[in-house]
Amino acid sequence: MSKLTRRAFLTAGLIVGGGLIVGVAIRPGHRTPKLAKFMEHNDEVLVNAWVKLLPDNSVTVIVSHAEMGQGAQSALAIMLADEMDVDWDSVTIEEAPAHDEYANFHMAREFLLPGKMPGFVNQTINGVFLTISKSIALQVTGGSFSVRSTGERGMRVAGAAARELLVQAAAQEWQVAASEIRAEKSYLYHDGSNRTAPYIKFAKMAAEQQGPEFPTLKTPEQFNLMGNEDIQRLDIPEKVDGTAKFGIDVVLPSMKYATVKTSPVFGSKVDSIDGAAAENMQGVIKVVNLGDGVGVIADSYWQAKKAIAAVTVTYSASEWDNTSSQSIMAQFRLDMDQAVTNGDEEEDFSEGNARNVIQAATHVITAEYSVPYLAHVTMEPMNSTAWVKDGEIEVWGGTQNPLGVKAAIADYFDIAAENVVVNNVYLGGGFGRRAMTDYPIQAVKLANALPGVPVKMIWSREEDVQHDFYRPAIVSRFKAALGNSGLPIAWENQYVDKHEPKEAPYIPYQVDNQFVHYTESLTHIPFGAWRSVDHSQHAFFTESFIDELAHAANQDALYYRRKLLQSEPRYLKVLDAVANMSDWERPLPDGWGRGIAIHGSFNSIVAEVVEVDMSEGSLRVNKVFCVADAGFAYCPNAFRAQMESGIIFGLSAALHGEITIKNGAVMQSNLHDYKMVRMDTAPDIYVEIINSGERTGGAGEPGTPPIAPALTNAIFAATGNRIRDLPVKIS
Amino acid sequence: MIELKVNDQIQQVDVAADTPLLWVIREQLNLVGTKFGCGMAQCGACTVHLNGQPIRSCVMPVSAIAGRAITTIEGIADDSGQLSKVQQAWIDEQVPQCGYCQSGQIMSAVALLKSNPNPSDSDIDAAMSGNVCRCGMYGRIKQAIKNAASV
Repeated sequence: MSKLTRRAFLTAGLIVGGGLIVGVAIRPGHRTPKLAKFMEHNDEVLVNAWVKLLPDNSVTVIVSHAEMGQGAQSALAIMLADEMDVDWDSVTIEEAPAHDEYANFHMAREFLLPGKMPGFVNQTINGVFLTISKSIALQVTGGSFSVRSTGERGMRVAGAAARELLVQAAAQEWQVAASEIRAEKSYLYHDGSNRTAPYIKFAKMAAEQQGPEFPTLKTPEQFNLMGNEDIQRLDIPEKVDGTAKFGIDVVLPSMKYATVKTSPVFGSKVDSIDGAAAENMQGVIKVVNLGDGVGVIADSYWQAKKAIAAVTVTYSASEWDNTSSQSIMAQFRLDMDQAVTNGDEEEDFSEGNARNVIQAATHVITAEYSVPYLAHVTMEPMNSTAWVKDGEIEVWGGTQNPLGVKAAIADYFDIAAENVVVNNVYLGGGFGRRAMTDYPIQAVKLANALPGVPVKMIWSREEDVQHDFYRPAIVSRFKAALGNSGLPIAWENQYVDKHEPKEAPYIPYQVDNQFVHYTESLTHIPFGAWRSVDHSQHAFFTESFIDELAHAANQDALYYRRKLLQSEPRYLKVLDAVANMSDWERPLPDGWGRGIAIHGSFNSIVAEVVEVDMSEGSLRVNKVFCVADAGFAYCPNAFRAQMESGIIFGLSAALHGEITIKNGAVMQSNLHDYKMVRMDTAPDIYVEIINSGERTGGAGEPGTPPIAPALTNAIFAATGNRIRDLPVKIS
Repeated sequence: MIELKVNDQIQQVDVAADTPLLWVIREQLNLVGTKFGCGMAQCGACTVHLNGQPIRSCVMPVSAIAGRAITTIEGIADDSGQLSKVQQAWIDEQVPQCGYCQSGQIMSAVALLKSNPNPSDSDIDAAMSGNVCRCGMYGRIKQAIKNAASV
């Protein structure tokens, strides 16, 4: 075992075999010997740290975020490897175990003090945030946070520290000034004396260095890997030859297979189960009462699936048994009316006196919009493998929230968290769905019925669509007063249900009087974060309404926005860039239309222009132009992929996405009635990146919000038909 | 026992006749590169080749295979392990994100290029629209197919 030295926040030590380990210590003295057992490999033992230099001079980067397609693991590795000046071809990635020491305190801090931190590291404050994040079990991959929090405040610092320790060691060994040593691709050079040696030669000495108090990070002109167009993601080769392992691919010795059916009405409980017929079927081992549903364990998935169809379950009556989409929307509208009548609206944002101005105005525009419930429908249906043995619970699968899974299982089954082991693998899509802990708990319930035997639970697609945590249906109402110039002088917005991020409904436009308020209107439909969360609906509402105002003022949609963004230079630059890129002034053929939208989310600003062809009456989305300013795109190719992905995801929702409720249950069940964009309906997408140097923003989500309003604004331009309710229905 | 020829190997499996080929490939033969997505031939994640033709293995009963050759994602690199030109094009274009649909996408693309070495955009649309990519990488998939066609 290694000797460890402790400094203010850096940890460095030797690992078995002579390698070096360097990391950002979350809190001095916080490290526990228990951590080691999570990461034992053949010849090295990991202690709390984020990079390992191995005896063969290769590097393993430990990342604390899940890979669900967004490229975060590669991006984080690139950030560390560039600061450390290691040979990219020698870098491998290992995902951090679900252990409290990896609790994502950066994320907790970013939520509470966005962008207000002095410098990169502040030990005292970090300690505080660690406490916060530990208490809420955060190791979440979400909120488009990986690069801008863990990456900038963790990976880069750890990489730079490792490099400085190695340089210091070489300076001592070679008896030269550290400033005369240069690092390149995992080698150190002293050009003056013509000496060179691989990093690993200095591992032992580096571990003994005091190290820098704050390592010096590279400036953009020194970047080799960060911002480099040609750097490829490390996970892609195994995703083209079929070897990448997802949760559904986990295989354990003597494993059994299971599937489940949960009560159609959310929250209903099992009254009775008749599983006799199923239990007599070939391969069936057990029918399990899950309390809110039923599971079947069998020798194979197909046997379990056939058998569960033969189980008869009755559920308790519920107050939601008659609830429908229509009744929910009517409830929203009634609650909104009553909130205004009773004066008990929840204030969201207020400036000036919007209501008085609107009351006195002569030119008032009003509109009401709505969006439906949406499911995530990740390509890989929910699944989880669990093994209950000797007082321990071990689970395998893809999760955005391994520590949350661990805590939820410990809590649900009332055992110590240290007796729960969570093994995370690739996620076949996340989009927020895999931040939830329902499916691993369900797998453990099944495995608990068959102690000592690993059970792989796989949901049917029908179960996946009907037991999601949904982007909520929302109604949003607007009133605006236009002044003599046609520009808005007052803006009032009322909507139902506020989740996060809190700024989602706020507009970047200069309007002196604003009143944004909301009304809680509870339903029994489970809420879930859906790619960009509240931004997914509010961008549609606000960017549609501003378009309506431009039209009412008889002004061009682009120039109207420009006039209102004069005090927002960053927005203005993105807007002008997308106008230029899309050749905004270029006339379109008859029946075509062009629409624009701009929206900031997760500290990135994205503008999109959509071109539609409706000359034949039907809708064809031809082109999407996208400009994004995320401060700095560390991995430009993967960043563009995120914009493309966010656009298609949002377009699928705008064109097709609609979960409807009848008799308390979800009506849709599979891809035939929950449709999405496919190859033949996918537009050509063009993405341009602005590296403004502003505080780094997210990539995974900000591409989604502008696409729906850009689309419906284009439909309006083509036809004069204003779409106020999604999904788009062309009559 | 049912006899199958998968990736040029003869295999015997003991399963019910109505078991979809997908689950036999995954659970009996442990070839897990082929994925389950919908169970009703709507998403294409389970695409494999049957005598070179792309089929959705999630709705193909294993008893209906009757001696025909099955190829999965694990079987399309050449004997020396060299990636197929489609797979290489996928890497060059950095196509996959979550990657879950990509085995099926690649199998559909390989079959397309075999029957139509120089597909037009609308040929690609027709051949590939049965494969959903929830991460929305359609533009990259299309470009990768064109690149592979030009090799």
